[in-house]
Amino acid sequence: MTDKKDFVDIRHAQKSYGNLEVLKDISLTVERGQIVAIIGPSGSGKSTLLRAINDLDPLTKGEIWLDGVQVNKKLPHRQYEKHINEMRQQIGMVFQHFNLFPHMTARDNVSMAPKMLKGLSKEAADKLAEEQLDKVGMLERIDYYPSQLSGGQKQRVAIARALAMHPKLMLFDEATSALDPELVDEVNQVMKKLAEEDMTMIIVTHEMDFAASVCDRVLFMDQGVVVEEGPPEVLFKNPSKARTREFLGKHLGATK
Amino acid sequence: MDIDLMLKVYPFFLEAAGLTILLSILTAILGLFCGILGVAARLSRFAFIRFLGAAYVSVFRGTPALIQLFILYFGGPQIGIQLDAFEAGVIGLGVNAGAYMTETIRGAIISIDKGQREAARTLGLSNWQAMYKIILPQAARLMVRPLGVNLNMLIKATALVAAISVIELTYTAQRYIGSTYKPFEMFLLAGVLYMIIIYVVGRGVTWLDRKVQIT
Repeated sequence: MTDKKDFVDIRHAQKSYGNLEVLKDISLTVERGQIVAIIGPSGSGKSTLLRAINDLDPLTKGEIWLDGVQVNKKLPHRQYEKHINEMRQQIGMVFQHFNLFPHMTARDNVSMAPKMLKGLSKEAADKLAEEQLDKVGMLERIDYYPSQLSGGQKQRVAIARALAMHPKLMLFDEATSALDPELVDEVNQVMKKLAEEDMTMIIVTHEMDFAASVCDRVLFMDQGVVVEEGPPEVLFKNPSKARTREFLGKHLGATK
Repeated sequence: MDIDLMLKVYPFFLEAAGLTILLSILTAILGLFCGILGVAARLSRFAFIRFLGAAYVSVFRGTPALIQLFILYFGGPQIGIQLDAFEAGVIGLGVNAGAYMTETIRGAIISIDKGQREAARTLGLSNWQAMYKIILPQAARLMVRPLGVNLNMLIKATALVAAISVIELTYTAQRYIGSTYKPFEMFLLAGVLYMIIIYVVGRGVTWLDRKVQIT
C-alpha cells in the first residue's frame, strides 16, 4: 500500500499517566521486512511503546500507522472496536509471560483465533495449527496443555499462535526474559528463523547479543525518548551518546 | 427423646423437605440469573450501569434477608405487588442470593490474569469473544467451589420463609411443635434433614469441581 519505507510509522507518540510522562514525542518508522530491537533500562518506556503499536496501551497523543492504515484511529466505540480487531489480526504479539490459554491444548491455542475470526473450518484450522507448530518445533507436543510444557516450549507455542493469524508485523515484548537461561536459545532460534523469512519484527529485549546478531537496527530508549539509534554494529561498538555508553557498559559487561 | 414420635411424623417432614428442595432449586436458578446480570452490570463500560450493579450488591448484602422478605411479602401489597408466600419466598431469596453470587462470579472473573485478556485481544478477538472464549471458561472452573458455598447458604436461608408461612421444613417443625410440645425432637428432625440435603449438595459440588479442573 505504501512504499516500504514507512511500513510502520509512529508519529509523535506521547503517553502519560497523570503527570508522569512515559513516552515523550517519539517518532520512528520501520521498513517492511526490517527487524528492530528496542533496548533500554526498565522504566524507559520501551514496552509501553511496543504495546502502543497494537493499541494495547493507548497513546495519549500521536498516531500509529501500519501499512498505510492508522491503527489508533479516533472512532466511536463500536466502530473503533471493529477497526482495532481487524488491525490486531495483522499484528502478532508475543509476551514475556507467554499468556497461553491454559484451558486449551497447544493445537487449540493456535487454531482458536483463525477458526473464530477467519472462519476456518476445523480441518483447515487443525492443519494450520500443525504447520505453525511444526515451524516452531512443537509438532510432537500439539496435544499438550500449557501446564505440561516448559517455558521455552510455551513461548514457541505462543509464537506459533501469533503466526497462525499471518500477521504483517510481529511484536516481541521481552519474549525470553522470563525463561531459564538454558531455554532462551530455542526461542531465539525460532525468532531468527522468522527474521530469515523477512518478517517485520519489533523486539523489546535485554539480550544484546541476540539484538546484535539478528537486528537491522537498534534503538536505545531512556526516560521516554529514543536516545540513539543505528545499526547494531555502530550502536553497540561505537555509541555516540554518553547515556548509551553507560547503559551498554553495564549490560554488555553483565551478559558476557 | 421421643424416637417413636419422630418416626411417626417424619414422612410429613420428608414432604416438607421436598418443598425446601424445590425452593432451593428455584432460588438458586433465580439467584444465578440475578448474579449473571449483576456481574454484567458491575463489569459494564458505562459508569451508571456499574453503579447500579454495585448498588444492587450493597443493598441486598447490607440488609437482613428476613427484612427483604418482609418488605416484599408484607409491604408489597401496599405498593401494588401481590405475591403469595411461596412466590415472595422464591423472589426474595433469589434476588438476595443473586447479590452474593454477583460477587462470587466477579471475583472469579477478575482473578484471571490480565495477560489472558490481552493475549486474546491481541489476536483480534473482541471484548466479548475474549470473555466467553478465554476468560469465562477459566473463571467458571474457579467459581464452582465458591458458588457451592453460596448454594449452601441459600439452602439454609430457605428456613427464613417459614416466617412468611411457607410450609417448608422449618415451618413444618414449628407446626408439629404446636401439637406435640416436643421442640427438641421436631427441630432435631428438621436439622437432620437440612444436613442431609446440604451433604448431598456438597458432595455434588466437590464432584463437579474435580471434574472441571484442567488436567
